[in-house]
Amino acid sequence: MAKVIVVTSGKGGVGKTTTSASFAVGLAQKGFRTVVIDFDVGLRNLDLIMGCERRVVYDFINVIHDDANLSQALIKDKRVENLYILAASQTRDKDALTMEGVESIIMELKKSFDYIICDSPAGIEKGAFMAMYFADEALIVTNPEVSSVRDADRILGLLDAKTFRAKNGDEPVRQHLLVTRYVPSRVEKGEMLGVNDINDILNVPLLGVIPESTQVLQSSNAGLPVILEAGTSAAQAYEDAVCRIAGENRPMRFLQERKPSLLQRIFGGG
Amino acid sequence: MSLLGSIFKSYRKKSASVAKERLQVLVALERSSRAGMPDYLTELQEDIFQVLAKYFPVERDQVKVQVEHQDGCEFLELNVPIVELEAGGGYTIRTQTQSA
Repeated sequence: MAKVIVVTSGKGGVGKTTTSASFAVGLAQKGFRTVVIDFDVGLRNLDLIMGCERRVVYDFINVIHDDANLSQALIKDKRVENLYILAASQTRDKDALTMEGVESIIMELKKSFDYIICDSPAGIEKGAFMAMYFADEALIVTNPEVSSVRDADRILGLLDAKTFRAKNGDEPVRQHLLVTRYVPSRVEKGEMLGVNDINDILNVPLLGVIPESTQVLQSSNAGLPVILEAGTSAAQAYEDAVCRIAGENRPMRFLQERKPSLLQRIFGGG
Repeated sequence: MSLLGSIFKSYRKKSASVAKERLQVLVALERSSRAGMPDYLTELQEDIFQVLAKYFPVERDQVKVQVEHQDGCEFLELNVPIVELEAGGGYTIRTQTQSA
């Protein structure tokens, strides 16, 4: 049975697209047929993070308007098997995204994919609402900042009230918390909210913690989802989180400051 | 920084715990205000109006339904002023249903 997962946050710039890209790659690498959809109409960026910006011919809205069919609009990833990208439209017309259109595309994708990842735009406007509406599970991305945690809570409220599952009285959308840009040493000094603090406030099961990493910016520079930078802390943290969402048991890492080993101190990296 | 200043600084609360306290208060407040405005209230209001209208001359906008919070409890407050046409006086239905 295909699963629809929305990656959402309320606040912008917390790592929704980075997370969507890495989750899609991670799930595909595990052999799941995966498609990742950019819901940010007017400000598409998933294509850039996935490194396929020059291969976008048709987009989400083209398919909704019947200007193209799904197989024409789906971009096959060149690095990972089983992975496809559906780009957002650059139109400024936000109403181009219709409920019926989104529903028919998701239903169609459910026939041939195991996972459908919906990369939500920031805010609580139409695009964010559409991205979450058909979700079975939600990844709530937040960093340890007050504004980001507060906005995450507003999104939790919407997930409980404004989704297909909520409106039909089905089992509620399963929520997972993903904390990004985490710096354990600052948490230890009392300068940064810890995962337990965030959990006390939001009360959502923790799926993973992505440590602050210089690699994230470098990966987006190169159009390479950070999970593909094997061995880096961010990639390892994303791998763990992907395994957990697929039902595997992985202990939490990166909650404590890692002391660099002698080799790492000599050769750098980490 | 003066010696006194640095002593006071070490006594000052860590910013993370300040953040946590602020967020806990804010989130609790925002959650309860969300709970106070659910979609069902409008429907409930309409249903109550339909029933009452069978028995009393009542205006739709006079049926007021709201959720109040007090001492950790939620109260559903229903307020309907009903004016008797002949007598000129009026009476009010007031009821409070308590839910956890």
